Amino acid sequence: MIETFTALSEPNRLRIVELLRDGPQAVGVIADTLGLNQPQVSKHLNTLKKAHLVEVEAKAQQRLYRLDMQGLQLIDQWLDRYRRIWTDRLDQLDDVIADMTRKQEE
Amino acid sequence: MNTTDMTTEGDDAIVISRTFNAPPRIVFEAWTNADFVKKWWAPKALGAQMVSCEADVREGGGYRYVIQSGDQPPFAFSGNYIEVSAPSRLVYTQAFEPMADAGYATVTVTFEAVGANQTRMVSHERYPTAEVREMVLSTGMEKGMRITMDQLDELVSELQAAGE
Repeated sequence: MIETFTALSEPNRLRIVELLRDGPQAVGVIADTLGLNQPQVSKHLNTLKKAHLVEVEAKAQQRLYRLDMQGLQLIDQWLDRYRRIWTDRLDQLDDVIADMTRKQEE
Repeated sequence: MNTTDMTTEGDDAIVISRTFNAPPRIVFEAWTNADFVKKWWAPKALGAQMVSCEADVREGGGYRYVIQSGDQPPFAFSGNYIEVSAPSRLVYTQAFEPMADAGYATVTVTFEAVGANQTRMVSHERYPTAEVREMVLSTGMEKGMRITMDQLDELVSELQAAGE
């Protein structure tokens, strides 16, 4: 889990993930689009791959990188958990307020 | 039960909103008075409990909320009140003490009357930089994780929609 977030905490890796939203891409295209050199991009892709955020798709002579749902689903679960913290907290506040209102009416 | 909305705004803010079935003066009191805060601030369903809760609710006064989750060490959120305009508006700073070096958020909470007996609460948390927001947000319950919330939020929902 931490590996997933660490992988995404680097701005260029996040940009790669965002770029791949539009579809699979070759290393060269990613490098050109983001203005990075190929060895840098390969290194980032490798980190993203280990974190299950991208996967490789071999197509004819080309290796294309595409998003891997596995890592992205982990993130989704985590975001959901963060939302639950506030939902839980404010549900409790709701109870406190109901209690205060009741006492005032007595 | 009313629903809680959480969104990000720009690259350095988080906005949480909710409607409560009570007038602003009650919601304001529940939000600020330590006797009430300790009853709701720790998300109990996630195993957290309030260890201590102090609040000197006046401009320039401070507060400190300490929570603990399971058998992990307790951790504190603290800050100072910048504006206290009961029952409609509250501005305070908030630092997550284990990561105090990262700076603090400025939280503006407004309580707006809706009809005779409801309140719309909007809590607007602004962090010094996008990076700090990432850090503070991601420390919600687990340390050391960083994430660009709005970008990923958008990304994940798009992907989910695409995958369905």
